[in-house]
Amino acid sequence: MGRKILNSFHWLGFSFLEPLVRLIRGEEPKKNGLIIFRKVIVPIASVLLFLGVCNYFAHYLYAVERERKIEKTLATQGEEAALAMQECIDSGDLSCKPNSLPSPGDVWNGAVTLIEDHKTISADKEAFREKTAGINAKRKAQGKEPITYTGRPSFVDQIMTSLETVFAGFLLAALLAIPAGIVLGLSETLRTALNWVIQIFKPVSPVVWLLLVSMVVKTILASADMDKSFVISFISVGLCSMWATLVNTAMGVSSVDKDYLNVSKVLRLGVFSNVFKVILPSSIPLIFTGLRITLSVAWMVLIAIELLAQSPGLGSFVWEEFQNGANDSNAKIIVAMFVIGGIGFALDRMMMLVQKAVSYESRA
Amino acid sequence: MAAFLEIRNVSKSFGTGSSRVEVLKNINLTIEEGEFIAIVGFTGSGKTTLISLIAGLIEPDEGEILLKGKRISGPGPDRGVVFQNYSLLPWLSVAGNVNMAVKQVFPKMKSKERKEHVARYIEMVNLTSALHKMPSELSGGMRQRVSVARALAMDPEILLLDEPLSALDALTRGSLQIEIERIWRESKKTVMLITNDVDEGILLADRVIPLKPGPRATLGTIFPINFKRPRDKATINADENFKKERNAINSYLMELGKFRSASNKKVYHLPQIEPQLPRQKKAIV
Repeated sequence: MGRKILNSFHWLGFSFLEPLVRLIRGEEPKKNGLIIFRKVIVPIASVLLFLGVCNYFAHYLYAVERERKIEKTLATQGEEAALAMQECIDSGDLSCKPNSLPSPGDVWNGAVTLIEDHKTISADKEAFREKTAGINAKRKAQGKEPITYTGRPSFVDQIMTSLETVFAGFLLAALLAIPAGIVLGLSETLRTALNWVIQIFKPVSPVVWLLLVSMVVKTILASADMDKSFVISFISVGLCSMWATLVNTAMGVSSVDKDYLNVSKVLRLGVFSNVFKVILPSSIPLIFTGLRITLSVAWMVLIAIELLAQSPGLGSFVWEEFQNGANDSNAKIIVAMFVIGGIGFALDRMMMLVQKAVSYESRA
Repeated sequence: MAAFLEIRNVSKSFGTGSSRVEVLKNINLTIEEGEFIAIVGFTGSGKTTLISLIAGLIEPDEGEILLKGKRISGPGPDRGVVFQNYSLLPWLSVAGNVNMAVKQVFPKMKSKERKEHVARYIEMVNLTSALHKMPSELSGGMRQRVSVARALAMDPEILLLDEPLSALDALTRGSLQIEIERIWRESKKTVMLITNDVDEGILLADRVIPLKPGPRATLGTIFPINFKRPRDKATINADENFKKERNAINSYLMELGKFRSASNKKVYHLPQIEPQLPRQKKAIV
C-alpha cells in the first residue's frame, strides 16, 4: 500500500512528498525529518518571506502614493480639501483609494471578488438558459439559430477560452512541425536549404506573427461567418511556438544512433518501416522535449496575442482591467498573473508526464 | 565447387587527398561452409571495416566479396551481424527485438509460428526468463545474447561477430565463449569472429587469421587450430599445444606491432613553458 502511494507520487512528480509519507510511517525519523525540513519547510518559508517583502513594498508604495495625492489636493484645492482627502483615504473608502501596487491582502480580495463574480454570472447564465429554453426549442423547429447568452464572460470563462486557444494553437504547431521536422531530419539537403528560413522566422516576435496572420485571415475569411479573432490568435500561437518542435524533431531524426540505422540496413527495412519502426521511436524523447517547449511558449505568447487581437481570454482580461482602472483592477491583474503562471506550470507538468509515459528512456 | 565466402583483392580507404587513409589493402580470404574463422588484430587495425564490408554496410574500393558465388552488394539478412555494442532497439523488449527481425526476414510466417520461432532462438541463448524485459533491464552479457539470438533468428548464411565480447567482464566473456561455441555446433552456421583476444580465437575457431595492423592492413599467416570439439576452456588451457599456438600467434602479432610503432614514429616538440609567478598586487592610489 505504502509502496504504491510512493510510486504514484514519484510518477506524478510529487516525489518531494515521499519523506513525509515515510515519516508518518515511522521510517528513519531523523533523516526524513531533515529532508522534510529542506524540501518542504524551507520552500514554504521562502514563499512566506516573499509575501512579506511584497507586502512591505506595497505598503511603501501606497504611502508614497497617498502623500502625493494629499499634496496634489493641497496644491489645487486648498487645506480643507486636503484634510478631507486624508481622512477619506485613511477611512479605507474605495472611492479615494490611491492607485498603487496591491498588497497580498488586496490580491486575495481580488481573487475572492473574481470568484464571486463568476458565481453571479453562472447563475445569470443558468437563468437565461431556463428562460430561453422554450423559445429556443421553437426556433429550432422553425430552423432558426437559437438565442445565445451574450453577457460579459466571467474570469473562469476567460481562462477556458484561453485554454481552448492554446490547445488549438498547440495542435496546429504539432501537426505542422512534427511531419516537417521528420522530413527535414531525413534530408540533409532540405535541412541546409531551409535552415536560413527557420533561423529567420524563429526569433520573430509574436506581435509580428499576429499582424501577418491577420493580413491573411482577414482576406480568406472575409465573408465566412466565424469567430475571426479566435482563428487569428490560435494560428499566431501555433506559428510562434512551432519552431522548438520543428528544430527538435529534425535534430532527433537526423541524429538517430548509427547502430540502430545499421540494424535497419541489415534487416533491409523499407523507407516506411525504417521511419516508423526505427527513426521515430528513437527520436521520440527529443520530439517531446520540443513539444514541451512549444506548449510553454504557446502559453506565454498567447497572453500577448490575446491582448492585441482583442480575442476573449486571459490576455484581453488583463488588458481590459488595465484600461478599466477601477480601484481593484490592479489586484485583479496580479490575480491573473498568478493564474497564468500556475496554468503554465500545470501544462508543463502535464507534458512532462506524457513525455515520461511515451519515451523509452524512463522505462529503465 | 566455389568457396562459400570469398574475399578477392579487397581494398578500402577513407577520406580524400592528403587525409586519405588506406585502411585495408589486398585482402584475400576463402571461407568454407560451416567453418568458424577468427580474425585477430590490434584495435584500429581495420577489423570493423572488414566486417562492415562483408556485411555490406560499406562498399569496397577495389576487389569483390562473393557469398556462394554471388557478389555482395548492400546489406542483407543473409549475413547476420552481431555488433560490438549490441545495437538493440531500446524501445522494444527482448522478444520484440528478435520478432522485428524475424517479421522482416520471413514476412509470410504466421503470427503463431513466428512467436515459436522467436521463442526457440531466445531459448537457444538461455534468455527465456527475460523474454519480456527491456534491453535497459539486462546486463551487458544478456544484451549481447539477445543480439546473437536476433542474428541467428534471421537464419543467415553466415554469422558475423564484431568483437561481441570485448565490452564484457572476464567471467561473462568466458561463459559466453563456451555458449557461442555450442550455438555454432548446434546451428551449423558459418561464423566469422572478429576479436582482439588471441585466446578467444584459439578457443573457438578452426582457423585464426591475424590482421596485420593498418594503415594498408592485410591478412597474415593462417594458423589452423585442431583441438577436439566440443572445446572446453579448462582442457584447452592445460594442453601443451594451446600454449604453443598462442605463443606463435602472439609473437607474430608482436612482431607486426613493433613494425607498426616504428613506422608511425612521430616526434612531438613540446613547448618550453616556465611557470609565471603571480605578480605582487600594487595598491591603487
